Amino acid sequence: MAAGRNWNWFHRMGSPRWFYETTGRWLPWLWVLTLGLMLTGLIWGLAYAPQDAKQGNSFRIIYLHVPASFLALAGYYLMAIAGAIGLIWKMKLSYMVMKSAAPIGAALTFIALFTGAVWGKPTWGTYWVWDARITSMLILLFLYLGVLALQYAFHSQETGNKASAILALVGTVNIPIIYKSVDWWYTLHQPATIKFTSAPSMHMDMFQPLLVMIIAMYSFYGLALILYTRVEILRRERKSSWVRELALRTQPAQVDQ
Amino acid sequence: MIAESQGFAGYLRRDLLLAYRRRGEVASPLIFFVLVSTLIPLGISPDSARLAELAPGIIWVMALLATLLSTETLFASDYQDGSLEQLLISPQLLALPVLGKILAHWLVTGLPLTLVSPLIGLMLSLPAAGLLPMMASLALGTACLSLIGAVGAALTVSLRKGGLLLSVLVIPLYMPVIIFGSAAVQSAIDGLNWLGPLAVLAAMLSAAAALCPLAIAGALRLVSNN
Amino acid sequence: MQLEGANGAGKTTLMRLMTSALQPTSGKVLYLGRPVQDCRYEYLDNILYIGHQSGVKMILSAEENLRWMSPASTSAAEIALALDAVGLRGYTDVPCYSLSAGQHRRVALARLSTSKAAIWYLDEPFTSIDKQGVLNLQHQLEAHLQRGGAVILSTHQNLPIDGLRTYVVEPHSDIGLPL
Repeated sequence: MAAGRNWNWFHRMGSPRWFYETTGRWLPWLWVLTLGLMLTGLIWGLAYAPQDAKQGNSFRIIYLHVPASFLALAGYYLMAIAGAIGLIWKMKLSYMVMKSAAPIGAALTFIALFTGAVWGKPTWGTYWVWDARITSMLILLFLYLGVLALQYAFHSQETGNKASAILALVGTVNIPIIYKSVDWWYTLHQPATIKFTSAPSMHMDMFQPLLVMIIAMYSFYGLALILYTRVEILRRERKSSWVRELALRTQPAQVDQ
Repeated sequence: MIAESQGFAGYLRRDLLLAYRRRGEVASPLIFFVLVSTLIPLGISPDSARLAELAPGIIWVMALLATLLSTETLFASDYQDGSLEQLLISPQLLALPVLGKILAHWLVTGLPLTLVSPLIGLMLSLPAAGLLPMMASLALGTACLSLIGAVGAALTVSLRKGGLLLSVLVIPLYMPVIIFGSAAVQSAIDGLNWLGPLAVLAAMLSAAAALCPLAIAGALRLVSNN
Repeated sequence: MQLEGANGAGKTTLMRLMTSALQPTSGKVLYLGRPVQDCRYEYLDNILYIGHQSGVKMILSAEENLRWMSPASTSAAEIALALDAVGLRGYTDVPCYSLSAGQHRRVALARLSTSKAAIWYLDEPFTSIDKQGVLNLQHQLEAHLQRGGAVILSTHQNLPIDGLRTYVVEPHSDIGLPL
C-alpha cells in the first residue's frame, strides 16, 4: 500500500485536468517572470552592454542567437523524454507535452538559424556558412520537422503520438553522433579556421546579460510549452464534462434570443 | 503453430526468393544509381579534373538516394497482404526476422550498388586510389543505410504516400553515414589514413544492427493498429 | 465460439486483441488463466489466425505459400494432400496472382489441414468460397472440435454445429478502436 501511495503523485500529474487547473494558477506569475527577464535581458544586452572590439554592434545578436540555440537542443531532449514517458507509462499528458514541444523547438531552431545568418552578414560577409554548429542546427531543424510530420500523418492520434515518440527517441540517440560527425567533417575540410559561431571569450559585462537572456529563454520556453499544452488538453478532452463546464463558464451569459 | 523455419534464416531466404521473383522491380534502384550518375557530368562539367574532385561525394549521395528509394518497399507488401500481421503473432523475438529481411534487402540493393561503384567511379574520373575505399565504405555504409531506412519504413508502412515522409524522417539520420563514407574515400585519394573513417562506419553499423531492430519491432507493432 | 455483430462493431479488433496482434489499452487477455504476456510464446505457438488478409503472397505459388505457413515437420505429401482437400489440385505450382479471390481464400484455409495448433481464430472464413467449400470447412471445424480443439470465428453465416456458443459484439463497447 505504501508503494501505491508513493506513485500517486506521479499518476496524478498525468491527469490532463490536474495539469490544466494547476498551470492555470501559475500562469500569471510565469508571464510576469518571462516578460521581466526578457525585457531586462534584451534592453541590457542590446542597449547597455559594451561594444565588441572587433564586431562592433552586430555581435549583439548573440543575445538572441545563443539562448535560442540552447533551448532548441534542450527542447528536443525534453520532447524525447516526454515521448519516452508516454511510451513507458502510457500517459496521455506526456504525449500532449511532446506534441507541444515540437513546434516550439522547431521555431526556436529556426530563430537560431535566422539570427545566425543575420550575425553572419555584417561579420563575415555572408549569410550562410557551412560551419559545424550551423550545419548541426540545420540538421536539428530537420529532425524536428520529421517528428512534426509524423505526428500529423496518422488518422489515429494515438498511433501518431507513439510513432513520433519512437522517432524522437531514435533522433535523440543520433544527435550526439550527428554533432560529432559534423564537427569532424568540418575540421577535416577547414583545419585551421576559427569556429565561427562559438562565443568569443567574453568579458563579464557582456556575459551577464547573456546569462539573463538564457534564463529568460528557459522561462519563455516553459511558458510557451504550458500554453500550447493547455490548448492541446482542451482540444483532446473537449468531449469531457469538465471542459464543457469550463467552456460554458467562460461564455458570456446568453439572454433570451 | 508456425514453422520453426521462420526465424532469421527463414525470412532471409524467403525475402531473397520474393526479390528474385520481382527482379525487375528490384533492379530499379541500381539502374537509378547508374542513370543519375550520368546526370552529373551533364549538369556540371565533363572536365576530368573537376569530376575527380567531386566524385567521392557524388557517388555517395547517389548511392544514398538509390538506397532510400528501395527502402520504401521493405515492409509494404507484407503489410498489404497480411504477412506482417502473421509475423507479429509468431512466437519469436521480432528483431530476428526483421534482421533477416534487412539483410536480404541489403544483399539485393546495397551489395549490387557496391559492386557497380567502380564502374561509376570510372565514369566520374575517380582516382584509382579511391576505388577500394569506395567499395569498402559503400559495403559498410549501405548496410547502415538499410538498417536506418528500415526504421523509417516501419514507421510509415501504413501510410499512403509514405515515401516522401520516409525521406524527411530518414535523411537527417543518414547524414553521419555519408560524412564518414565519403571522407574515407577522400582521405584515401589525399594519401591520408582512410581506415579511421572506415572504422567509424563499422562502429555505426554495429550500433545500428544492435539498436535498429528494436526500434523497428516497436514501430511495426505500433502501426499495425492503424 | 461465434462472434456476431454488425459490420464495424469490432469483431476483427476483438480477434486481433485475442491473438495479441493488437495490444489492449486496458484490460488483459488470459490464456489458461495466465496473462498472455507471461506465456507469450507458449500461447502463440498454439494458435492459428486467419484474418481478412490471409498472408498469402501473390508471387509465390500455392504450394510455397502453404509450406511457409505450415510447421517445419510437414512433409511434401501432406502439403499436396491439404491443397487437394481444398480443391486446388493442379494449381499448386501456379503463382497466386493468377488465382481467383476464392482460390486465394482456399490456399489460406489449407493451413487448417496442416496446422497443429489447438486454437483457431478465423475472421470471416466463409467469404468468397462456394457451397462445397463451405461444407468442407464446416466438416473441418467439427473435426477439430472433436479432437479437442477450439475455434473462435466471426461470420454472418448460420452454422449448424453442435455446441456453438455465440458472443455478440456491440459497437462502441469497450472494444473500440483506439482514439
